[in-house]
Amino acid sequence: MSLELRNITKHFGPVLANNNVSLEIQAGEIHGLLGENGAGKSTLVKILSGFLTSDDGEIELDSNVLHLSSPYDAVNAGIGILHQEPLVFLPFTLVDNFLAGSPKKFKFNRKSVRLAIEQISKEFGFDFDTNSIASELTIGERQQLEISRLLWLGARILILDEPTTAISSNQRIRLFETIKKLADAGMSVIFVSHKLEEIQSICDKVTILRKGELVGTRDLPCDSSELVELMFDKSIGSQLEFNTKTGKSKLVLKNIASRESNSTITNVDCEILEGEIVGIAGLEGAGQRVLLRAIVGLSNCHEGDIEFAGNFITNMPYEKRIKNGFYYLPSDREQEGLISGFTIAEHFALNFANKKKTLNWASIRTYSRLMIEKYSIKGTIDSTPESLSGGNQQRLLLALMPDELSVILMEHPTRGLDMESASWVWEQLLTRTRFGTSIIYSSSDLDELMIYSDRILVCFSGKIVGVVNANQTNTEEIGLMMSGVLS
Amino acid sequence: MIKIDLNIIYYVAALFVAIILVSILLLLFNVPIFETYKLLIIGSVGSIDKLGDTLMIWVPLTLASTSLIMTFKAGLWNIGVEGQIVAGAVATSFVARELHAPTPVLLSAMLIASVLGGALWGGLVGVLKIKGGVNEIFGGLGLDFVATGMIVYLVIGPWSRKGIASTGGTEPFQSTAWFPTLEGMRLSPLSIVIGVVVLIIVIFIFSKTSFGVKLKATGLNPLAAYRLGIPTSRYLFSAFLIGGGIAGLAGLTQAASMHHRLVPAISGGYGFLGILVVLLSGFRPALILPITFLFSMISMGSVQWQLRLGLHSSFGGVFQGILVMTVILLTGYQLYRRRQLNFKSDRNK
Repeated sequence: MSLELRNITKHFGPVLANNNVSLEIQAGEIHGLLGENGAGKSTLVKILSGFLTSDDGEIELDSNVLHLSSPYDAVNAGIGILHQEPLVFLPFTLVDNFLAGSPKKFKFNRKSVRLAIEQISKEFGFDFDTNSIASELTIGERQQLEISRLLWLGARILILDEPTTAISSNQRIRLFETIKKLADAGMSVIFVSHKLEEIQSICDKVTILRKGELVGTRDLPCDSSELVELMFDKSIGSQLEFNTKTGKSKLVLKNIASRESNSTITNVDCEILEGEIVGIAGLEGAGQRVLLRAIVGLSNCHEGDIEFAGNFITNMPYEKRIKNGFYYLPSDREQEGLISGFTIAEHFALNFANKKKTLNWASIRTYSRLMIEKYSIKGTIDSTPESLSGGNQQRLLLALMPDELSVILMEHPTRGLDMESASWVWEQLLTRTRFGTSIIYSSSDLDELMIYSDRILVCFSGKIVGVVNANQTNTEEIGLMMSGVLS
Repeated sequence: MIKIDLNIIYYVAALFVAIILVSILLLLFNVPIFETYKLLIIGSVGSIDKLGDTLMIWVPLTLASTSLIMTFKAGLWNIGVEGQIVAGAVATSFVARELHAPTPVLLSAMLIASVLGGALWGGLVGVLKIKGGVNEIFGGLGLDFVATGMIVYLVIGPWSRKGIASTGGTEPFQSTAWFPTLEGMRLSPLSIVIGVVVLIIVIFIFSKTSFGVKLKATGLNPLAAYRLGIPTSRYLFSAFLIGGGIAGLAGLTQAASMHHRLVPAISGGYGFLGILVVLLSGFRPALILPITFLFSMISMGSVQWQLRLGLHSSFGGVFQGILVMTVILLTGYQLYRRRQLNFKSDRNK
């Protein structure tokens, strides 16, 4: 079996998303697709999986030219895609999820589907209860569910679009094992990512895209710096240096505990200094989110006390805390971060609206234009957030942060961003810490935690199992703590 | 710099399509088409008297529509405007019946009462929604029924005409409680002033004030709005209060300027017709004025159709309905096109 893409070209209006891209993938091969955000990776795999049709070019599978006008066609041809956020029917049971995506229209047989799921999960070491509801699964498990479903539908080529952005590192390890098993079983896997180390650790071969064009194909492993150069057309300089902070105390968490629908955090004791950056490591759902929300006041502390600048603020409502310089940036940019339907100018108007009763649109628009330029957001003041890419949404969120903040609480500050945007985001944040702003953030990226944090809190199943200085630890140690082995 | 809104082109196109569809219907009914449109115009704006009557419809419809836009902008489907109009009218009637004072004092008291009455009814929907988690559609609709029941009870019960228990209405108000009219016309300049001032205030709220932009933000994404520090519950409640108060004013003009008494059908159905207007406006306050005027013309003109052409006056409603349908279809198409473009450019990033 071999898959061949020939001269794939795709325009969106004046933009050339894919320009004459040709590549070949063999059976049993794990083929990486590398490139920064906007390089055209997503477009290419969307064409391959029938979500988009190309303007020009051919897809050939086993010397048959495929005409893919819908995802259904692609699945029929044996091409399945696993999306960044798995598209499963959350209220359905696993069996019904399979049935909902089944090409058979009228007849269905729950029992045979159940057996099929059990067989696939046995083969790949997934651990499903076929009667559980999809919403009870973690994102990692939903991915496994999707993979199983695609296999059941007869996929021979599996595309994984940034599969590791939303899952914990433990789940990532399991996902990689699965991918290797799939390749051993003769399937072709296309692994889309902008994370070099992942591509290096799992792929046999990598194709690098830049600005819609194929700039190179390499057998792996190879020199990482070579790949970086291909991706960015320049190499990124080394990170800045940091010292351990010694300063005034800013925020004291005294044995706090909080609870939110399905996650808890207990016994958090920590003193955060002025200008300090504290990272929170942990598997998904280990309590990072509820901890951040408790500190900012979106979640109640039912135990313990929070002391801020010498005052107890444990029962201070959220609105008052943000007036005192707290700021919370959630990971879900579209749901909780930005307001879809509002233009960028209207977002900035909200900042003005906190200070004045009436609005001067001329000055708001001028200010918005300045901020768009300063934060290099690709969009105009009349763009709405839903038309921006993830990276630009994050830039907008940062641009919207008021100037003088005391404590910033963030979830996954660089999730879904390419390396360049991520280091730019951190530059902005680091500038703030020089003026005394303290930052507490959660991340699933251990390297990020190591590089940017002064100290790291490690969460495991609702508890803080360790507080370590970032320059006295390593990723292995943190990984062990996160998985509850070490504390 | 004048920016030509592309939407306007769609509106004009939709109007044309609606006129063509209506003309086809007229053709099927064997009614002279040109005559029908001529009567629509003559019957609504053909003379000063007719224009006055059209404006009498325009005022409550505009008030109902602006009331709706307050809550729609906040992301609320406030179906309870009918009830709020009724509540405003009942409060007005109470003052008109009980307070004996010179006209300026009495009318001011009635105005305040109508606003409070409507705001109370709107506020109830708000409390149910915010504190009780009752969807505003159910709360509003429920309170519509309560208001209708209340008005019928008052008209045939405590406020009935002496010796008569009829649903025809209460005794007319004392003459000092009537809105002053222009010589020889039913039109009251005071009504017009109320309608225009409220409309201008609402347009101002959404174009220039911090309150407006925060309310809009709350409507579009309450979660993000709250995170950004907007006290969303308070904003939603304010929207209900203000919307209710404006609807109450529609009750005032209906009771004190149109009927001069309380009648069971005091709302005139403007609360529901207003929903069509707001949908047609795409929630843009500035478009309320032309749309409500057109709707008022159709309502007035359709009376002429019945008199002269034997066309049932409900055909006016058909016209309005077709208009809303074509605009929604065309703007929906436009939105679809824009989404497709966005989708495409999005895939690229």
